[in-house]
Amino acid sequence: MRWIAIVATLPLIPALARAEEPAVHLKQAPGRDVIEGYCGACHSLDYIMMNSPFLDAARWDAEVAKMIKAYGAPIDPADAKTIGDYLKQNYGE
Amino acid sequence: MITRRGLLEAAGGALAFGGGAALTAPARGAESTNSSLPSLSPLLPAGTRAEAVLDTLPGKKPLIKLTYRPPNYESPLAYLRTAITPNGEFFVRYHLADIPEVDAGTWKLNIGGEGANGNLQIGLDDLKKLPAFEVVAVCQCAGNRRGLFEPHVPGVQWGPGAMGCARWKGARLKDVLDLVGLKKEALEVVFDGADGPVLDKTPDFVKSLPVWKAIEETTLVAYEMNGEPLPHWNGFPARIVAPGWTATYWVKHVISITAVTRPFDGFWMKTAYRIPVGKFPLVARFISQETAANTPITEIVVNSLITNPADGARVKAGRKTAISGIAWDGGYGIRSVEISADNGKSWTEASLGEDPGKFAFRPWSYEYIPKWRGKLLLAARAANKIGQIQTQELIPNPPGYNNNVAQTVALHVT
Repeated sequence: MRWIAIVATLPLIPALARAEEPAVHLKQAPGRDVIEGYCGACHSLDYIMMNSPFLDAARWDAEVAKMIKAYGAPIDPADAKTIGDYLKQNYGE
Repeated sequence: MITRRGLLEAAGGALAFGGGAALTAPARGAESTNSSLPSLSPLLPAGTRAEAVLDTLPGKKPLIKLTYRPPNYESPLAYLRTAITPNGEFFVRYHLADIPEVDAGTWKLNIGGEGANGNLQIGLDDLKKLPAFEVVAVCQCAGNRRGLFEPHVPGVQWGPGAMGCARWKGARLKDVLDLVGLKKEALEVVFDGADGPVLDKTPDFVKSLPVWKAIEETTLVAYEMNGEPLPHWNGFPARIVAPGWTATYWVKHVISITAVTRPFDGFWMKTAYRIPVGKFPLVARFISQETAANTPITEIVVNSLITNPADGARVKAGRKTAISGIAWDGGYGIRSVEISADNGKSWTEASLGEDPGKFAFRPWSYEYIPKWRGKLLLAARAANKIGQIQTQELIPNPPGYNNNVAQTVALHVT
């Protein structure tokens, strides 16, 4: 049940990640902190730029859904929507 | 028994956030901006080109960083000009970010499973006491050149450098399995490595091979690469080497080898690394994993790469221009490499170079004298000894595997 611990300590995660690897700076926009916390827990955020801008809204939604369903990311529907909206608006096709 | 978790805890990793990365954090130094990156294809997605930098992992030469964590780093074109890729220049690919630094002294390999006649745990010294064999073989990511798919498909946007060729040394997997003995009903052999996911709910990277491939005489549990211990980033202290098959089966940091009598149904077999049935001209099949719709990717499709000159290079009209590269396939052997300077209307054979073995890169070379100034398109295509030839048109598939479109470089003739 380690995901509970991760959710409970979300603000710490980006700081830890940056201590270990060069920072990857996402565009400043609403939802960025949520992305850094959830997505950055398991992978560096360059995954997002790498797959932009050829993902349209539906495909970004599919990527977020894959992270939750296939990879077990503990993201509730409200946060998933925040993440999806941010990706579509800032890194979408 | 040493588990991945046990290894991490023994190493004192800060585990709560997949802190294995802290143990192996790359030393940063030789970074440069992407504008100076050699051989970064203009066909890669814009976001990939913006974020790709040369970055140096400990023990490695600068590689093209696609993602930091998990680390996905490909070899620049300049590292792929020889039949053997040096260890420091070899690409790095991980699916999951919890990567322990394995200690050779405490590393254990568990052998057994319900498809075996017993269970056994061995150490590195025990593995090295088994008869040693060597094979020169290409290790190529199934998604190599995914970034050049058009339309693009999600995933790591690899250029052509998610591959390398090394001389691997180790024990035959068959000999390792013989330590416990396979039951006659054994169907697949399953491999787990010490690396794993950050979250417990993320499927661990576990792969299987059909028994027939597992017991082939060239399939190894390798502990040396080009005469040295495996680099950490390439699977220290031991990895599976499955010559001819894509790198997804070459499990790194292997800690367990288990025989099973039913198809292994983990995520990375059942869901990932699958290709549509019937689209690719593959000989090797993984029948116990096939469905009506799709099948696990198996062998490497016949392919070639022009490594010199690079796309966009300037050459002189009326002067001999040396064209060279490598060709490889799933182990049938390269029969020919042909060059076209007229958009594929006519093809001329290049000269094949040294032959380090049927699973290896086969260097080739060709001399061409450009006649006219302007843009010159040069294409290369390889054929293998069972008559397979590189495709002219991309064979679309959702995960972006098996890109073996004949490559074209654009040269500026001055």
